Amino acid sequence: MELTQNHFELFGLPVAFDIDAHQLAERYRELQRALHPDRYANASDRERRLSIQHAAQVNEAFQTLKSSLQRARYLLQLKGIEFDDEKETHLDPAFLMEQMELREALAEVKTETDPLASLTEIMADITARQQAMEDQLRQLFAANNEQTRQQAKQLVQKMQFLVRLQQEAEELEEELVALL
Amino acid sequence: MALLQISEPGQSTNPHEHRLAAGIDLGTTNSLVATVRSGRADTLPDAHDRHLLPSVVRYLPNQDPVVGHEAKAVAADDPLNTIVSVKRYMGRGIEDIKNLGKRLPYEFVAAESAVPRFHTAGGDVSPIEVSAEILKHLKQRAEATLNGDLTGVVITVPAYFDDAQRQATKDAAKLAGLNVLRLLNEPTAAAVAYGLDKSAEGVIAVYDLGGGTFDISILRLNKGVFEVMATAGDSALGGDDFDRAIATWIMQQASISDDAGHHQLRRLMRDACAAKEALTKAETVPLNIELDDGSFWHGQLTREQMNQLLDPLIQKTLLPCRRALRDAGVTADEVQAVVMVGGSTRVPRVRHKVAEFYGQQPLVDINPDTVVAIGAAIQADILVGNKPDDEMLLLDVIPLALGLETMGGLVEKIIPRNTTIPVARAQDFTTFKDGQTAMSIHVVQGERELVSDCRSLGRFTLHEIPSMVAGAARIRVTFQVDADGLLSVTAREETTGVQSGIEVKPSYGLTDSEIETMLRDSLEHAEDDVAARKLLEQQVEADRVLEALAVALVQDRELLSEEERQRIDKAAANLQAKRDGTDHLAIKAAISELDKTASEFVARRMDSSIKKALAGHTIAEIAGETE
Repeated sequence: MELTQNHFELFGLPVAFDIDAHQLAERYRELQRALHPDRYANASDRERRLSIQHAAQVNEAFQTLKSSLQRARYLLQLKGIEFDDEKETHLDPAFLMEQMELREALAEVKTETDPLASLTEIMADITARQQAMEDQLRQLFAANNEQTRQQAKQLVQKMQFLVRLQQEAEELEEELVALL
Repeated sequence: MALLQISEPGQSTNPHEHRLAAGIDLGTTNSLVATVRSGRADTLPDAHDRHLLPSVVRYLPNQDPVVGHEAKAVAADDPLNTIVSVKRYMGRGIEDIKNLGKRLPYEFVAAESAVPRFHTAGGDVSPIEVSAEILKHLKQRAEATLNGDLTGVVITVPAYFDDAQRQATKDAAKLAGLNVLRLLNEPTAAAVAYGLDKSAEGVIAVYDLGGGTFDISILRLNKGVFEVMATAGDSALGGDDFDRAIATWIMQQASISDDAGHHQLRRLMRDACAAKEALTKAETVPLNIELDDGSFWHGQLTREQMNQLLDPLIQKTLLPCRRALRDAGVTADEVQAVVMVGGSTRVPRVRHKVAEFYGQQPLVDINPDTVVAIGAAIQADILVGNKPDDEMLLLDVIPLALGLETMGGLVEKIIPRNTTIPVARAQDFTTFKDGQTAMSIHVVQGERELVSDCRSLGRFTLHEIPSMVAGAARIRVTFQVDADGLLSVTAREETTGVQSGIEVKPSYGLTDSEIETMLRDSLEHAEDDVAARKLLEQQVEADRVLEALAVALVQDRELLSEEERQRIDKAAANLQAKRDGTDHLAIKAAISELDKTASEFVARRMDSSIKKALAGHTIAEIAGETE
């Protein structure tokens, strides 16, 4: 496998945000059929090692391309836009305010009369926001200029906030269900 | 009707000779071995036509361990020398074992390594050695039935087994002299047997409640590809816990004190298990419990009472069911079939609760005891090379996140749970002192944030780091999980390209030298046998390498120039010559020489198979990129 190949090329797909999920899954299965270590159970150690490495790379590429958030981030990186997750990100105050409100709502769920119902409501809200952002991303990638790319970067960072929030909500849900 | 294949005289329909392979279900309560013969996968019975081998091993002074039915028959009379449910101790430290129950059912001795040993009349043995006895027994059964040596086996493990438990299983196989083609997750094995049988497509759930472990896997079946979308479970929850809950109830009813002897406790477990089994059909079961003074306590247990005792345990399986659905990103309605696996799914209450959870009746028409071994046999038959054109492919996941210890005892996750394997992730580290040449990495497995709440897998010490000022070195550590779910770690200093040495200290496993010692101990004429075994191992390896090369040269000869071809032929001829000698080190050297000579060829073959996989998709399709 050539190192210069990006994830899209590896799957024989156009480098674009819009992706045919069905085709992606189909190509993934074709590649794993050719590369998976189980295909090399009787091969030399070197072939087996290579097959593990290649199959791992195909898995990694598939995970990245499958998620719209990760795909957007990867596309921007291919365009030379850097993400430094360690550094404090500067997002607009309105968004940060919303985040704080969502977080507070999450923290108060346990004290509600029907905690699970309140949580379900919050989770639906998070999903709706993610969906809206994904639609926005699609438009930005369609326009495709330096300015829209910077906007897309901001959006990706916002979406990462929401993903973390969603994870916390899921953990809370598990906690609540265990108490039932 | 099956058509007979007719081949021309002198021509074989299959270029390979048929190799013997088997699938082994190494269970908590029972174990099985299965194989594919004439296209059909079946479990193999013993001389008395019994398919299940109780996973029980009895150790007596100065004789070989007794395995199976005979051992089980005396388990209650000789509790300390008869090891049952050894699977629960695999890959566990003494601290974990204490958490399994209030009282330990055996006497343990602390070993020098982290692996605890049972103290028996036949000597001190580790769980790995006990499991190896069960595997040896099944190996003998298969080889006697099939009339030849097994080339390789697939051994099943609970999907929720962590790295230490998987490694322990693989070590046991090594001790038993088995070539492991793959460790296969039990629910995946069941899905193979079920999916191929029903030629099913779509999303299925496999609910596998065995004697000591619980797994739930959500799979997508698509044209021979079995893709595990998510798995969850509890590697210390099963029918044994049902028995224990019932036994505890009996103790309360019969006023048996908590400090009853080993014999009494083992009898209680046996009686509890019998009552549970009887209640799958009957509504009430009489209890006649023998007490330590020889008198009897009489009572009865109704199914309704038992359900109440079991409900909290069954409830504990439904949480993972919910998590698996969420991780897979599907709802219960999207699940097209729920397959029940494991003896404990015979309990009507379990079936009822599972049906309620998924909103559909689970499938119970397959034999929950044998389905896992049959799936493993099918996979073994393919892996060993008997079905070169088979399209079946199993894509599995890692059940628990892998992480590193960071400052303050916190875990930084490197690979999240339910990531498809094989997977490799790299992480960069730097030195914090001038001239630092070593560092230690603590790898843990689990979902929790604190190191102390996760399972410690091992400490990796990197040395031979080039000496530099603090912060200048960039050490890239790569964590790789292979298709068996086993972790390996490599490290490289990026600015100099120097490969760092890595020393592994497994937290709950055996070191290589301990395995070597066990192998030695298990052979009677240690020195001679070890040498013979090493020679045989290298010869088998040489044959494998030569055969793989021969196949590759037939398939892809056009990838080589005449000169390259000659060099490879020469290295292969050298290996063949050494292989027929008696020097195992010379064979090893010749294998590595051939491997080096063919490395470029191997890489080209891999690239060419990628191209072939995507062939049919036109360049225009790929080039027509918009953005």
